Parts: sequence; structure tokens; C-alpha cells
Amino acid sequence: MHIYLPIAEVSVNAFLLLGLGGLVGVLSGMFGVGGGFLMTPLLFFIGIPPAVAVATEANQIVASSFSGVLAHFRRRTVDLKMGAVLLVGGLTGAALGVVVFNYLKSLGQVDLLVKLCYVVFLGVIGGLMFVESLNAIRRSRKAGGSPPAKRRQRGWIHALPFKMRFRTSGLYISVIPPLLVGLSVGVLSAIMGVGGGFIMVPAMIYLLGMPTKVVVGTSLFQIIFVTAFTTMLHATTNFTVDVVLAVLLLVGGVVGAQFGTVIGARMKAEQLRILLALLVLVVCGKLAADLLLQPTELYSLGELGGH
Amino acid sequence: MLRFLLALVLFALPAFAEEETVVLGLSQDRVAITANFDGSNILVFGAIKRETPIPPGEPLQVIVAVSGPSEPVMVRRKEKKFGIWVNTDSVLVDSAPSFYAVATSGPFHDVISDTEDLRYRISIERAIRSVGAAMHIRSAQDFADAVVRIRTDNGLYSIRENTVAVDEQTLFRTSIDMPADLTEGEYSTRIFLTRGGQVVSFTETTIHVRKVGLERILYTMSRQQPIVYGLMSLAIAIAAGWGASTAFRLLRNS
Repeated sequence: MHIYLPIAEVSVNAFLLLGLGGLVGVLSGMFGVGGGFLMTPLLFFIGIPPAVAVATEANQIVASSFSGVLAHFRRRTVDLKMGAVLLVGGLTGAALGVVVFNYLKSLGQVDLLVKLCYVVFLGVIGGLMFVESLNAIRRSRKAGGSPPAKRRQRGWIHALPFKMRFRTSGLYISVIPPLLVGLSVGVLSAIMGVGGGFIMVPAMIYLLGMPTKVVVGTSLFQIIFVTAFTTMLHATTNFTVDVVLAVLLLVGGVVGAQFGTVIGARMKAEQLRILLALLVLVVCGKLAADLLLQPTELYSLGELGGH
Repeated sequence: MLRFLLALVLFALPAFAEEETVVLGLSQDRVAITANFDGSNILVFGAIKRETPIPPGEPLQVIVAVSGPSEPVMVRRKEKKFGIWVNTDSVLVDSAPSFYAVATSGPFHDVISDTEDLRYRISIERAIRSVGAAMHIRSAQDFADAVVRIRTDNGLYSIRENTVAVDEQTLFRTSIDMPADLTEGEYSTRIFLTRGGQVVSFTETTIHVRKVGLERILYTMSRQQPIVYGLMSLAIAIAAGWGASTAFRLLRNS
């Protein structure tokens, strides 16, 4: 059954959109990532104009994260205080990101820079997570059970001022690192059209030292507000939010996210991390191949947007 | 009085040079884009009206050209730099139709001569206008060709030879397929009658392509009240997210 999308102005199969939404939704619920870094390229692939894909994806992430965060609230795995601090950074970052985005657009190389951003970030984070989780699994096998939770890089974080107690996470750290994490994720989400969970989750685990169980719910909490802000920015400046597309993606996505949360709760943290790392590396490899291999069509058509 | 009539006849004479004119029919002159719009098919048919017998010589040929609204297009070309493929040169094609279909009653170059094609801009290549190409860019024509190639691959541009049926040099019909990815606007439909490659008559009409119903409401709202539209999109998203979550939980608990 084909459906005509009023803003994207293309006709696509409704079941394809539902399926894509569902698939990405499962991953979103499992890992606490918004799924934007997968969905946005998938939407390009099925022929949605990039500008519409990015803006609509922000809207869809709000919905899939909302149902995900509700599930986490019930299991009390959301650190609201930490979420609020991250959010302050995130909103500032998103506003900054839009300024940066428009500047890159005026240079005419925004596509390339967005793709390069993807490759670099996905590659570094995927690689780090993969090595780290492999080591963790090896340690737990050797120790034959509970490994000592060794946290790294806590020296300089503890030396910073403005300390705050985050009871749910069991942390007493300065607010500066979470603010900076929120800020950089906000910038990236505005430039790359993603929720930023794939950056934030590792940053929270490795940089802030938060327990993995709390990380997923808290990042979803922050993502909701940042992507809602991004959606409004796109809807009012570029008119590229397609609500019909968003609804189809989120109907699949919301159901998928529920299954994902259940699956995620039953898996070990190390297994979750290694799966996420592999997924990130696969997407990175695909994008890198696009940049390195000769494309079949050297020319591309663009509209005269933003003039 | 007589002199006046004579003057009138003489004055009108050039118009009478067009001895054969088209009486045109369309199966529909408006296309409504609804939520489940899946392309459209328009039947273009008509008859040739003439005051004199059918002229001897070359048979009558018919060309039907449907053109969507024209817009400027930015064409970019990738080149390999530092090991990766990046957009380097770009050319602004001043005006290219969003949709273009030409149907002819015979092989294109038999039906119309090159000079007549140039004058009426009938073939796809001529329907695209590109004058602003910067001089430093190599082979600017490649960029215009790329527009035609990419849009032809997407089914937006097509030339369909031998698809206009002409009976007894008097009746003709053809059907124009319009893809699902149509943009709104006025689609100009031109019908040319040719003899020996020369255009003997030319008529034009318009097909209106419009979004209707929900599609129309959403589109208008997103343009005229973007803040309301954005908030509504968020509200719908959050409601659906919460609704599905609740439904799922009830389903599992029951």
C-alpha cells in the first residue's frame, strides 16, 4: 500500500516505513540510542529528501524515546537530576549546532562534513566500546564471576569544582563534565540529525562513570527534549517536518522499542555493549565505503534551499 | 463595407494558413494527490479539424508534451580529493521541469526537424535551460545532461516514441503515465501537429496537479503556521508514543 507524504512529496510503501520504524525501534529500546544514526541513512536510501529525513527523524525520535523512557521510569532507571544537567548543556549545544550547520551550508560542503562526522565518531566510539567490552567479558571469564568495577579517569573529574550529588547514579561529581557532555551531544544532534545517544551512552559510562542500567534511561530523557527542540527549529525555519512520515515510523518504532526494552533488560551489560559496538562499526564502515569508493553517479541534484 | 470585409479577410489570412487545428480532449484536467496517490494516467485524445481536404504528401504526425513546473536546480559533481569523493564543481541549471514526458506518433527525428524542435523546445534536452554556467568549469553541458539522466532514471523524464496513435490523419490518442512522486503545480500540455518535420499547428492546455484533503491541510499548515504545525507534530508523536506504550503494557499484564 503506497502512501503519499505531503511534505516530502514522494510516494512510498507504508509497510516499508512501519517495518523500518519497528526494526530501529527494537535497537532503540535495547541500547537507549535514539536510532537516528541508523534511520536517517535508511530514509535517504528509500528516497526521502535528506532535509526532510533529518527533520522528521528528530520528531520520530521524540516519540520512540518517550515510550522508552516511560518503561525506564517504571523500573526507576532514570537519573532525573543528571538528566536535567545534561539537558541544560544539550539545549545550548543544539542552538549552537544550528548556527554551525548554517555556516557549513553556506560553504556548500555540509553533506561531506556530516558524513565525515559520522565516520569519525562512529569509528572511534565503536572501536573503543568493542575493545572495552571484549576486555570486560574476558575479565569476567577469568575471575569466574563478579569482576571488580574498576573505573578509570576519575582523578581529574574529581578535582573540578561545583560538585553535586547524583543519588540515583551513586555519584558525587562536578557538574562541568555532564554539562560539557550535554553540550557536545546537542551540537552533534543538530548537525548530524541524530538524537546523540550513541555518543552520550559511552560518554556517560566511560567519562562520568555512571552505572550502565541508569545510563540508558537518562540518555533517553535528555534526548526527548533536545530532539523536540530540534524538531521545532526545523519546522519553523526549513518547513521539512513530515508528520505523516513521522507517524508511520513511530507506530513501528514505539512497538519495536517496547520489545527492545524487554530484551535489553534481560541481557548482560557487556553483551549489550558489544552488540552496540558492532552495530556502530557496521554503519561506520558503510558510510566510509560511500566516501572511498567511486560512486556510480558522480552528479547530484539539489534544490536551492536556504536562499 | 465591401472594402472593410476585404481588409478583414486579408488580415485574417495568416491565421487561416493553419488549415488543420486540434480539437482536444483530456480524460481529466486535474490530478488530485490524495494520501494513497500512486501515480496517474491521463488519456490525451483529439481530432483534427480542417476546412480543406487532407493535403497530399507527408502524413500528419502528432507530438504530445507534458511538462511540470520548472525550477532552478543545483547540480554538483564529485571528484576524488585526498582519497575521498567530494563535491567540487557545481552548476546552476536555471530552469528544469520537475516532470517531462514527450509522446510522438513516430521516431522523434522523423516527426519533427531539428530547427522546429529548437524553436518550440520540445525534446527533453531543449526543455532545460542553462545559461549561467561558470566559464571555468569544464564541460558545463555534462551538468545539464546529468539532470536529464538522473531524472530519466527516476521516471520523471521520458520520451515515448510511437505511442501516439493516429487514425486516418484525423483522430489521435495517447496516454501519459504520471509517476507517484509528482510535485504540485500547473502541468502544461502541448500538442503539435507536424507534416514533413514542420509544425503546422500547435495547441496548449493545462493539467492542474493539486494536493487534496489531509495532504492539502498539512501542507498548508506547515507553511502558514509552522509553530502550530511543529507543536502539533510533537504532540501527535508523544501521544502515539505514550498510547502505544500503555497499550503494550496492558496487553502484557492481561
